[in-house]
Amino acid sequence: MFDQLSERLQGAFAKIGGKTLTAENMDEALREVRRALLEADVNLRAIKAFISRIKDRADGEAVLKNVDPGQQLVKLVHDELVVLLGKENSPLNLDGNPNILMLFGLQGSGKTTSAGKLALKLKKEGRTPLLVAADVYRPAAINQLIALGQQISIPVHTLDGSTDVQAIVQGGFEKAKAEGYNTLIIDTAGRLQVDTDMMAELLVLERIYKPHEKLLVIDAMTGQEAVNVAETFNTQLEITGVIMTKTDGDARGGAALSVSEITGKPIKFLGTSEKMDGLETFHPERMATRILGMGDIVSLVEKAQQVIDTDEAKKLEEKIRKQDFSFEDFLRMQKQMKMLGGMSQILGMLPIPGLDKNTREMLAHGGESQMKRIEAMIQSMTPGERQDSELLKKSGRIPRVAKGCGIPESDIRQFVQQFEQMKMMMKQMTKMGDKAQKEQGKQKGFGLHMPRNTRKRKKKDKNMGSGFPSGGFPGMPPGGGFPKFPGF
Amino acid sequence: MFKWLTGKPKKESSSVIGTAGTTPLKHPEPSQSKSTSEKKGGLSSLKSALSLTGKSLVGSLRGVFGDSGTALSDEKIDEIEETLLRADVGLDTAVQITDTLRKNKNRIQSPEALMDFMQEEFSQILRPYESANTLKYDPQALNIYIVVGVNGAGKTTFIGKLAHRFIQEGKKVVVGAGDTFRAAAEDQLAIWAERAGAELIRKDGADPSSVIFEAIESGKNSQANVVILDTAGRLQNKYNLMEELQKIRHVIDKAKPEHANVESLLVLDATTGQNALKQAEVFKEIMALSGVILTKLDGSAKGGMILSIAREYQLPVKMVGVGEGIGDLRDFNPNEFIDALFK
Repeated sequence: MFDQLSERLQGAFAKIGGKTLTAENMDEALREVRRALLEADVNLRAIKAFISRIKDRADGEAVLKNVDPGQQLVKLVHDELVVLLGKENSPLNLDGNPNILMLFGLQGSGKTTSAGKLALKLKKEGRTPLLVAADVYRPAAINQLIALGQQISIPVHTLDGSTDVQAIVQGGFEKAKAEGYNTLIIDTAGRLQVDTDMMAELLVLERIYKPHEKLLVIDAMTGQEAVNVAETFNTQLEITGVIMTKTDGDARGGAALSVSEITGKPIKFLGTSEKMDGLETFHPERMATRILGMGDIVSLVEKAQQVIDTDEAKKLEEKIRKQDFSFEDFLRMQKQMKMLGGMSQILGMLPIPGLDKNTREMLAHGGESQMKRIEAMIQSMTPGERQDSELLKKSGRIPRVAKGCGIPESDIRQFVQQFEQMKMMMKQMTKMGDKAQKEQGKQKGFGLHMPRNTRKRKKKDKNMGSGFPSGGFPGMPPGGGFPKFPGF
Repeated sequence: MFKWLTGKPKKESSSVIGTAGTTPLKHPEPSQSKSTSEKKGGLSSLKSALSLTGKSLVGSLRGVFGDSGTALSDEKIDEIEETLLRADVGLDTAVQITDTLRKNKNRIQSPEALMDFMQEEFSQILRPYESANTLKYDPQALNIYIVVGVNGAGKTTFIGKLAHRFIQEGKKVVVGAGDTFRAAAEDQLAIWAERAGAELIRKDGADPSSVIFEAIESGKNSQANVVILDTAGRLQNKYNLMEELQKIRHVIDKAKPEHANVESLLVLDATTGQNALKQAEVFKEIMALSGVILTKLDGSAKGGMILSIAREYQLPVKMVGVGEGIGDLRDFNPNEFIDALFK
């Protein structure tokens, strides 16, 4: 969602690239930065503070004498963006038994979906959440939470036919105590911050239950109004954090940037897809890196570690080495890629210059439908054929597969041929990778080109190398490239 | 000046939707549903919301002049640009207005002159679409309204209100629950349809195209006047979801009867910032939009992006949502909207 912002900033820095930085062209660059932030819906107040801080720091650090002033300005803007985004990632306060989390915000900001996602996330961390459906106004809001609860196997407390919000929450509280749920997640109705009756309803809940977390849910597409919303909710309820939703859209997301600056409260989570596992911890440092067009490899790596079974990855690597790699394994790799969040998200996290959001969506969509075709082809093969592609060369087999999946024979032949080529290539590259690794000593590569500062961070995180066979993702052939397939 | 909000009867009621009448309507709704019209007494809430908007915009424009009362300096023009941006007017539109202002700054020497200038600029942008600012309705045809937008914009609620409005006018309405993705979206629409008294076509979990096809078929068979089609919320950068919309559009083209009036409506949240332009651009391309519905205008959001949408994408605003009650839907009148902003 910060794509256009980074494009703009890159444009600003390109202007001063090569030349020596002077007071005048720095002003010009900063004007571009201001424009970029404005276009990104960042609040004007926040922008002014931002620009003046950069200016001060640029003067203080004698940027003008530096050989590469553009780079230095990038660093300054990056550092200030981290500050603007709310400094360190701050975890949830999980005190109390039950621990109480309350979600609120404007209508349509994504509270109910976020409540479900948060419950699933906490459940995965070993907690026992209970969802409380306290939106008694929007038609079927309670049904929506019940349906989500069923999807993720988390209980939802409701009070049939009741419109008494306090009674519903009290019931949930008692149920949690009696049945041993250690986390209560309260989904409240959407409300306008200017609606005093509705704000009073929240205030009553706040006084009685003293929630450990009061989370404001804000749509990443919100304009300048985001600041008024955040300010009012914060003044009246003293929010403890923000969940920013719909960040998988192409909104520039700037308003949300300023929310944490204006309220001083951290953004704790980002909603990143319509699926229930689409809730990510917010890392200001990473987001700033992404704003500057450097991609977000750290997130990708962490996600990969969660998703990919290390043992299975090792087995897969072994198979590639022995040229034992079958269609069956290929399907498994595809599945792992899907678990990483789909092609669009993966592409979005990689620092590919010039890859704008639309092209990325198109590429990803093409890739995903290609993956579906491949899945269909493989599933139409017999178990024997899936293990040994040689069998397909016997007459009658390919036509049978073609009939099974409705894909032309020629495409299947092409796929099989390319699969075999890929198998060969993988073997060769594994060998090459091993050689290179020996030469480089212990240093492990990701098979991905990384910008310098990300690489630095890699050293800090000692766990990051694990889970990756030499030279690539288990979801991709070593070397990091995608195999070429028909129509790809 | 708020006549457009008070539902004055339209003269040409055959070509546009006649409004529900001059008296505020009381609707039998479940007790838990709070209606702005019931809670706060008719339209005063919108009036106050809009005058609040007006005050803050005019107020900040006045503040730009300060006490000096001299001609506009460049800094002041920058401040005016900021004022527009704070109202979520798109960047290009704001820049265009302030550029024109810069050229004319010598003849603008008072807050009143500035106000007149701004009002003129705004109406030049909105006026060309005045005639298109109402929902088309053809009494001889099946009127099909397909409603699209991003997640949480307020599509389902708008459909409930629109169905209610047609039914109040004695029209027969079929509603198609084309959002088969979001949990309980069909239930939500079912409650609205029941409140409004519309027939509901739902096939939970089915392909949205098939629901839409059936809803139109049902509209044809039962000789309904109106078919309103809900769709799942989708972010406009999701390529596959936009492809799905394209498919839905083809289905409508195939299923619609010979005499049909089809309108594609984009529902837009008034709190949306500059991304509203992207939404207008992409949805317009995919769905051949005929207009925009601006929702949640009862808050303090200014909805300034409708200026940019009119200027850059030639899309008129057709209606505004001003509350959670079934009657909280108004026709949009650009002149009176500007009046409300500036008086």
